[in-house]
Amino acid sequence: MRVHAKRAGVLLGGLMTPALSMADWTLNMSPGVTGTSNEIFSLHMTILWICVVIGIVVFGVMFWSIFAHRKSPGRKPANFHENTLVEILWTIIPLVILVVMAIPATATLVDMYDTSEADVDIKVTGYQWRWKYDYIEHDFGYFSNIATSDDEIYNRTDKSENYLLEVDKPMVVPVGAKIRLLVTANDVIHSWWVPAFGVKKDAIPGFVNETWTRVDEPGIYRGQCTELCGVKHGFMPVVVKAVPQDEYDAWVAEQKEAAQRERELTEKDWTLEELMARGEKAYASACAACHQADGSGAPPAFPALKGSAIATGDMQAHLDTVVNGVSGTAMQAFGEQLSEVDLAAVITYERNAWGNDTGDMVTPKEVFEYKNQE
Amino acid sequence: MSAVADTHAQDDHHHGPAKGITRWLLTTNHKDIGTMYLIFSFTMFLLGGTMAMVIRAELFQPGLQIVEPEFFNQMTTMHGLIMVFGAVMPAFVGLANWMIPLMVGAPDMALPRMNNWSFWLLPCAFLILVSTLFMQGGAPNFGWTFYAPLSTTYGPPSTTFFIFAVHIMGVSSIMGAINVIATILNMRAPGMTLMKMPLFVWTWLITAFLLIAVMPVLAGVVTMMLMDINFGTSFFDASGGGDPVLFQHVFWFFGHPEVYIMILPAFGAVSHIIPAFSRKPLFGYASMVYAVGAIALLSFVVWAHHMFTVGIPIAGQLFFMYATMLIAVPTGVKVFNWVATMFRGSLTFEAPMLFAVAFVILFTIGGFSGLMLAIAPADFQYHDTYFVVAHFHYVLVPGAIFGIFASAYFWLPKWTGHMYDETLAKTHFWLSFIGMNLAFFPMHFLGLAGMPRRIPDYALQFADFNMVSSVGAFMFGATQILFLVIVVKCIKGGEKASANPWDGAEGLEWTVPSPAPYHTFATPPEVK
Repeated sequence: MRVHAKRAGVLLGGLMTPALSMADWTLNMSPGVTGTSNEIFSLHMTILWICVVIGIVVFGVMFWSIFAHRKSPGRKPANFHENTLVEILWTIIPLVILVVMAIPATATLVDMYDTSEADVDIKVTGYQWRWKYDYIEHDFGYFSNIATSDDEIYNRTDKSENYLLEVDKPMVVPVGAKIRLLVTANDVIHSWWVPAFGVKKDAIPGFVNETWTRVDEPGIYRGQCTELCGVKHGFMPVVVKAVPQDEYDAWVAEQKEAAQRERELTEKDWTLEELMARGEKAYASACAACHQADGSGAPPAFPALKGSAIATGDMQAHLDTVVNGVSGTAMQAFGEQLSEVDLAAVITYERNAWGNDTGDMVTPKEVFEYKNQE
Repeated sequence: MSAVADTHAQDDHHHGPAKGITRWLLTTNHKDIGTMYLIFSFTMFLLGGTMAMVIRAELFQPGLQIVEPEFFNQMTTMHGLIMVFGAVMPAFVGLANWMIPLMVGAPDMALPRMNNWSFWLLPCAFLILVSTLFMQGGAPNFGWTFYAPLSTTYGPPSTTFFIFAVHIMGVSSIMGAINVIATILNMRAPGMTLMKMPLFVWTWLITAFLLIAVMPVLAGVVTMMLMDINFGTSFFDASGGGDPVLFQHVFWFFGHPEVYIMILPAFGAVSHIIPAFSRKPLFGYASMVYAVGAIALLSFVVWAHHMFTVGIPIAGQLFFMYATMLIAVPTGVKVFNWVATMFRGSLTFEAPMLFAVAFVILFTIGGFSGLMLAIAPADFQYHDTYFVVAHFHYVLVPGAIFGIFASAYFWLPKWTGHMYDETLAKTHFWLSFIGMNLAFFPMHFLGLAGMPRRIPDYALQFADFNMVSSVGAFMFGATQILFLVIVVKCIKGGEKASANPWDGAEGLEWTVPSPAPYHTFATPPEVK
């Protein structure tokens, strides 16, 4: 069944391609690059062809009636109705077709649910509106933000090839290894999808979903969040870079080292200028999606920071808001999301940017102490 | 009532409608209330359609041109809510009000005052819902499925108004359903046994039971939201011990029967129209009744097929996959029955028949994509993409909406006493048919190529089909103005319609004059 479906798919694709000069007019699902996605593709093609055949039979009879049984002078309509044999047949035959279809579907599903014996564990966390990838065995993790500029989105400049599907730091996985994905979310429900892998799993706050994939070919694979998650739902792409094992190992070593350096930065003595410079970047990555790059926010859900009571008032209240969030609102707790350095930088930045000019500064050490006093 | 007058002709003289606005505000007449439901439904159809035009205009090209994502999300949400609760459901209640008493030989609905109230609640509910567009923070922006916690912790302040509006709609629907059941079970003409009832009456009876079963569930889920938002509970908040997935289970327990609520009455109407224009009895009346019953029962045990990606255990996944696939069997029986009815008939293609035939073909296509979506592993690829959008628009637009248009053209002569303009009606059909397919068929391709739904902007490889789809949508949208023209023209005048203007139409509604007098069947007819 599967082989036939694949052949049929290739045949269909082959027939369509020459007629269409632009690759953009994609009609069908792509088989993808994992075992799962190939199995899904063949299920898809099988059920599609079953539907096509049933459609031809049913619509064939119907169009025959439409053309041959029109009212015309002297035409007497037949008067037959109720035929038990026919009615039993058209109940049983679809039932048999469904059973035939259910068998390979069940097998594929069982396979998709087997997350045991994974080589790599990656925790995928959905945030409004970016993904975080934590490499559990190696104790490092990072955010993956959309890299498409507002200029492209608002048509002020040409759109690049991977418009809306590019990120600053993609997930990196080794080719050929079984990767277990532990999918969760921090705020609302998101859904992590890479079509080429045949993997789509909802990221649900407070719950951890498991799924897995094994990528056969090196390459860059793109997908998107597929569960409505707020204003920027359309702007949180998923990009996965599959690399050979040795390249992956080297990348992991590099990331671990960078994470270590990052931790050491907490001990360093920072100046206001240094914190401001770092804060601007951290703010753009963590805060600007809601509070906007110019601090104007999007009230009432996302208050302005420019001139706000929090950003210009008591430092402890500001720390509390950023570190612990505000329950019952969209303001998340950033205490665990950002490093002490970034927390200090963001708070310092918010207190001095956009004319807030309080001159206040909070150091990473103070943030560390604040977090550990509780 | 029957003591006052013996025949409907006399009735006409004694009991005309009241004059002025009070006729409509205070009426307990099923025909007046049916008319108001239909007018309300069409108004909502145009409003929801306008929102769809905004959506398609933004999606005409990649990039953000016309609206901001925030407003885009409000449009998708309001479009869905208005079309489901404001256009499709009231249209069927309107048809039920007009036709069920005429079809079962009853003088009116069983509970006429409640009938008036259940209608007048609707404009109130939608006034509240639509007014959220002008509130601070904007209208609901979390999709018509309003998944928590996006609709609770992260919802706009107007969410509470939205909840209130849904409660009122629910009350209205439940009262409407009670009325339909009471009418059908108590007021049938002597001799009309259950298995002699017209299919439209049968499908509405089953629909009414579905409504009574699931509208309270919807009320429950929005009440839990209300508590979470305003009273500090944590039904759907994991940090308080709740579960966001619970929301989806409860919502879809309502939501799946709801989709059958929107299609079963259309099944019934089409089962009258196809035999009428084929001049041949319906192939299998009894199996049609049983098939509708089977679909309704199955609709309660398939809800989690909307949730294949949320991480249900594999046993649950398999159960919901098998149960969903099973629905294809009774649905298939219905389609085969319609085709067998046409086979070797004597067919003509007036507007009702055109819409009915298109209904069968296009609904079947929507059924096919539904079967594909039922295959759980494949659903991991289809879920929440434009493939799903294509699927449910194929069952709702040429399903529910074409079913309503077919019914409207079929019964317009009975309502107005005039024939509608056949040329204009056929134009309406063909433009709708082409526009609808142009709008929704390419969405299958977009979904299979990987375009998620509910996004205001998309990657470049989706540009071509989106443009085609938008052109189709504008065409379909603009065409609907024509329907308004046709109906107004038909009310104002036109060729006089006889009591039964259609060759092959059967049923009690065709035994009363056209237009149907203000009061009918004061004396119950005998059904052999």
